[in-house]
Amino acid sequence: MSDMTDTGPMRAADGTPLKKSLARALRRQKLRALALIAPLLIFVLVTFVVPIGDMLFRSVENQIVSDTLPNTIQRLAGWNPDSGEIPDEAVFAALAVDFQAAAEEKNHTKLGTRLNYENPGMSSLFRKTGRGADDIGKNFQKTFTGFDKAWGKGEAWAALLGSDKWLAATEGWTKDAGPEPKFSARDEAEFALPLTTGVYRSFARVARADGKKAAADTKPWPVLFNALAEDISSASPEAIAAIGGPSADLLKSAAQGLSSAEPISYKDTFVAIDKGWADLGTWQTIQAYAGDYTPGYFLNAVDLEKGTDGIKKRPDQQRIYLMLFWRTIWMSMLITGCCLLLGYPVAWILANLRASTANVLMILVLLPFWTSLLVRTSAWKVLLQQQGVINDVLVWLGLVDDANRLVLINNQFGTIVAMTHILLPFMILPLYSVMKTIPPAYLRAAKSLGATNWTAFWRVYFPQSVPGIGAGAILCYILAIGYYITPELVGGTQGVFISNRIAFHISSSLNWGLAAALGAILLGAVLLLYYVYDKIVGIDNVKLG
Amino acid sequence: MADVTSGAGAAFVEFEHVQKSYDGETLVVKDLNLSIAKGEFLTMLGPSGSGKTTCLMMLAGFETATHGEIKLAGKPINNIPPHKRGIGMVFQNYALFPHMTVAENLAFPLEVRDIGKSDRDAKVKRALDMVQMGKFGGRRPAQLSGGQQQRIALARALVFEPELVLMDEPLGALDKQLREHMQFEITRLAHNLGITTVYVTHDQTEALTMSDNVAVFDDGRIQQLAPPAVLYEEPANSFVAQFIGENNTLMGTVKEIKGDIAVVALDDGELIDCKPVNVSKPGERTRVSIRPERVEVNKARLQKGAHTLKAEVLEFIYMGDIFRTRLRVAGNDNFIVKTRNAPDQVRMQPGQQIEIGWLPQDCRALDA
Amino acid sequence: MKLTSILAATTALTMAAGAASAVDLTLVSWGGAYQKSQLKAYAEPYMAMHPDVNIIWDESSAEAVAKLRAMHEAGNLTWDLVDVDAADSFRLCDEGLALEYEPNDLLAPAPDGTSAADDFGAQIVNACYIPQIVYSTTFGYRTDMVGDTPPSNICDVFDLEKYPGKRSLEKRPINNMEWALLCDGVAKDDIYSVLATDEGQQQALAKLGTIKDQVIWWSAGADTPQLLADGEVVMGSTYNGRLFSAIVEQNQPIGMLWDAQVFSFDGWVIPADLPEDRLALVKDFLFFATDTQRLADQAKYISYGPARASSAPLVGKLDGTDIDMAPYMPTDPANAQNVFYYNFEFWADYRDDIDAKFQAWLAG
Ligand SMILES: Nc1ncnc2c1ncn2[C@@H]1O[C@H](COP(=O)(O)OP(=O)(O)OP(=O)(O)O)[C@@H](O)[C@H]1O
Ligand SMILES: [Mg+2]
Repeated sequence: MSDMTDTGPMRAADGTPLKKSLARALRRQKLRALALIAPLLIFVLVTFVVPIGDMLFRSVENQIVSDTLPNTIQRLAGWNPDSGEIPDEAVFAALAVDFQAAAEEKNHTKLGTRLNYENPGMSSLFRKTGRGADDIGKNFQKTFTGFDKAWGKGEAWAALLGSDKWLAATEGWTKDAGPEPKFSARDEAEFALPLTTGVYRSFARVARADGKKAAADTKPWPVLFNALAEDISSASPEAIAAIGGPSADLLKSAAQGLSSAEPISYKDTFVAIDKGWADLGTWQTIQAYAGDYTPGYFLNAVDLEKGTDGIKKRPDQQRIYLMLFWRTIWMSMLITGCCLLLGYPVAWILANLRASTANVLMILVLLPFWTSLLVRTSAWKVLLQQQGVINDVLVWLGLVDDANRLVLINNQFGTIVAMTHILLPFMILPLYSVMKTIPPAYLRAAKSLGATNWTAFWRVYFPQSVPGIGAGAILCYILAIGYYITPELVGGTQGVFISNRIAFHISSSLNWGLAAALGAILLGAVLLLYYVYDKIVGIDNVKLG
Repeated sequence: MADVTSGAGAAFVEFEHVQKSYDGETLVVKDLNLSIAKGEFLTMLGPSGSGKTTCLMMLAGFETATHGEIKLAGKPINNIPPHKRGIGMVFQNYALFPHMTVAENLAFPLEVRDIGKSDRDAKVKRALDMVQMGKFGGRRPAQLSGGQQQRIALARALVFEPELVLMDEPLGALDKQLREHMQFEITRLAHNLGITTVYVTHDQTEALTMSDNVAVFDDGRIQQLAPPAVLYEEPANSFVAQFIGENNTLMGTVKEIKGDIAVVALDDGELIDCKPVNVSKPGERTRVSIRPERVEVNKARLQKGAHTLKAEVLEFIYMGDIFRTRLRVAGNDNFIVKTRNAPDQVRMQPGQQIEIGWLPQDCRALDA
Repeated sequence: MKLTSILAATTALTMAAGAASAVDLTLVSWGGAYQKSQLKAYAEPYMAMHPDVNIIWDESSAEAVAKLRAMHEAGNLTWDLVDVDAADSFRLCDEGLALEYEPNDLLAPAPDGTSAADDFGAQIVNACYIPQIVYSTTFGYRTDMVGDTPPSNICDVFDLEKYPGKRSLEKRPINNMEWALLCDGVAKDDIYSVLATDEGQQQALAKLGTIKDQVIWWSAGADTPQLLADGEVVMGSTYNGRLFSAIVEQNQPIGMLWDAQVFSFDGWVIPADLPEDRLALVKDFLFFATDTQRLADQAKYISYGPARASSAPLVGKLDGTDIDMAPYMPTDPANAQNVFYYNFEFWADYRDDIDAKFQAWLAG
């Protein structure tokens, strides 16, 4: 009693505040519950949340450009895409280094594929340049080995660019001793020879991953010579002189030798390999997609594009996605509507039949589940095509002229018919299980109160079946939105959905970024509709049984 | 009230040789004949499966009679669809529409009758007030207690002022106290409004306290149709005797019948005098029935002409207002005697040998 | 010291056990008659020679590019050798998903000593591709629906007056665009330079537009033979092997229109990053499966031309019949008077762009 009159908190028998001991008791309970559902939680996380997260990430991710052409991107930052001029020699010099380094790891063609999505022609431009660019480095290689044969060996490079610590650690390393120590650069070299150190870092990484020979024993990539020449030409003599280590003298003499050598024009070399490099569009594309993240896929997915002067609509003949989104949405609604129209009476009959009869009918409803999708779709072809069963019957009955047989397939009608058939069980089942729970007494009550059959149905039965309609409609609609096999087979050109394009980009064009963006938008559209449904009907008004 | 007997006056509802079969093999209702006068409160009482609901459903129009005719106010209704019969109905589980508020539920029958809004509102309010639920118009049925739902169901069945109301075990789901209260309310309303009521129940107390007439159903037939007092005091056959109230039975054979006295030889040889109800000739097996409260254990209080028998006390149960004593009488171990807990009443001990007695007119010789 | 010897012993044991039990070799192909021809021509003979090798088929070639990429990203490679069409091999090679190889090191020379590189010649369209067969995309027509003058020119496809009725075309721009330009008066040599421009693309689409409402667009190779068999279309494009089956094996009233057929290749790629031991087995299998006799054998089972020059003279009759294969070979001189070679470089660049326009045009 004194506890009640106390202003302080309620206390449990052992004196701890009641709230606290309650929380402790509940926590233990919650933990136990969590442990029980942990397998499912992990399963859902791994199979559902992670892929969706990955998809969302892919739809904006664009690191491939800056990863592959780091130096080029850096130098391209100062270039004005509207200048009407292609970038200057410095950018091309960086491009030469980046490109050869990328080609050593075959990354240039990947980048070409990526940029080709934005600008057709980039794919072959990169592939072709990958073959040609090698010569640039080979020429420099000749020059350097002309100065001193030692340049042709890996050792000289390791000594020039590696830190003393790394050199000591990697000394005497053999492949049996596990992975080679990780490369670390000599500080002065990093400062004076940034391109070379950058390329060498990749070189050391590849050698290390290969694991057969130490970096110091591996034949240097030709691009290293190119990079070093570039670095020497732009570094101050003092900075070069500051580089110590065993290869210091080698470097000094090479620097001296280079100063008298004829400078080459990277720009001319690249343009000679492929005219594409003289094209303004090539560079505008590279610059526009230089960022680590891009809205490009999303823009593309809604028929927009990023030009030099901001975002604009795509040309008419390339606009397709918005139309497909719209078509997907309204056709899915129509299909859902058809399912409802056909499914409601069936569910009603099922719910009101004797159990034994209902079970037999239920098997008929479920039958479509047990036949393969392709078989069902092919059956529709046999039925609906112009020389098909339905047309034959109509012609035989004289309802249709033989010369003007109806087009029932390879159009929207075909998609609607076939999809309705496939999705019907998803409408009937929830409807049935909800109707099963509506006691017949309600209808009788309504009639005894004076309602006609129709009024009794419409005012009393129907409102109570709405949760089933909601569940069925949501199921059908979401399934319809994601279907692509059936529309592909029976939809012709007018009956295909956005999912068909997503499938195309996943399996054919490999443009997973765009596929992910389209998928993300579709997901957003579904969530939006879900939200609207919740606002209008109320989501607690959905019952699966 | 007492003047209302079945068949008296102009019948409002009539069942004539009505039969019903669901499966074409067995008759669920066998040759039902029943007439209900206007304003009468008739209860159908009977064990589960005896066909009560089926009769109600035929009357309401949800089932069709396999044979025979049902007439309402003199007109056959076999071909009138349910919604045109104008019969109010209270269902076993109320069947209040869950997606409508209480007021909407009540307005529903008025709406479908195209009654104008203001008129409608007034009637709904009146009906709600009538069942003392005036404040609950805006609630959903799920937000009401069982008794409240029951009252709403009643109000809904009455709001469109039907002349006939059918109620199928409306109080089945309620607790005892609430049930008793509702029994009172229903009879009060029915009589105040002068409505003809057909009421179905399992519960004999309910049937006895509420009705003008009770029809006892068994096996698709009406076993007895009578006012409650008659039913209790003068059961027409052993089914009714056993079904209504508590009853002691002794098996025997009729020795002879003289006037309104039948001499019955009980199975242990003892001869007793009884009132013959449905025995007609000597030699017939009979079931003799005596109400426990009509048995006297105090010899001093035995009236003249009473018949006495030896008995052994087996069990004595104290029940507050009464004592319930189980005896062995004429070979029957289950002979119950109820005595009032009066100051001069004796409390018998098990093992005690006593003598009991009753008046011949309280002892009824029924069919075996 | 001790540990290493134990390890070595264990390894030796494992290897011995491995040698005794069967080694799996997972081949990815297209299923159907084509896969069967591979099975008969080289997989079964190889297994007969190597009882310890168990060849498993996976009919995933249609999705090979996407699946291989997914496997690569997941770091879980379950395939050993993948059959893809040449265009897909470009993607795989560009993406670094397929292994680059040296033809003369990996493949057998011709019986007369010609090096593999020369024997395959230009069919090796990129550094990763090991071609097996030459197939063509061409037209078939219903012999009973074209009157007395069957179509003999590709432009008959666009001639609705001469050949009324529906046609089936593949639901993608490749090949259709070329045919359209050719029949719209563009010289064969200029086609790709025209098609690289927006105007050229619109011109091709406009030409296709003249028959658009009479076209049923197909996406599976089996569609056209079926549509022809059902009489749904008068003529339609598909792979020549499919038409061969319909004509020879199912006796359908179908004729071939070889004019302007488009040659392409089908062949193997080796997935990049295959472990050493599996790679060794794959190489051994490939050396056998791509030799002159094996490729010639394949043509006994399906009407696709062997990719090796040296195999051509060895092509004979359809297995178990006396039907001469030559007239059904796309490479037969009588059939190959006017052919296109699938332009891989061009389509690698323009496929996505033109496809987007093509699909927009289709849907519009
Ligand atoms: N729809 C029906 N189909 C078949 N038989 C039925 C049907 N409804 C009732 N019956 C059968 O008819 C008989 C009488 O049923 P009814 O419902 O009338 O009994 P009741 O007297 O109302 O019983 P309770 O007191 O248990 O409600 C029962 O044997 C029952 O099994
Ligand atoms: Mg009942």
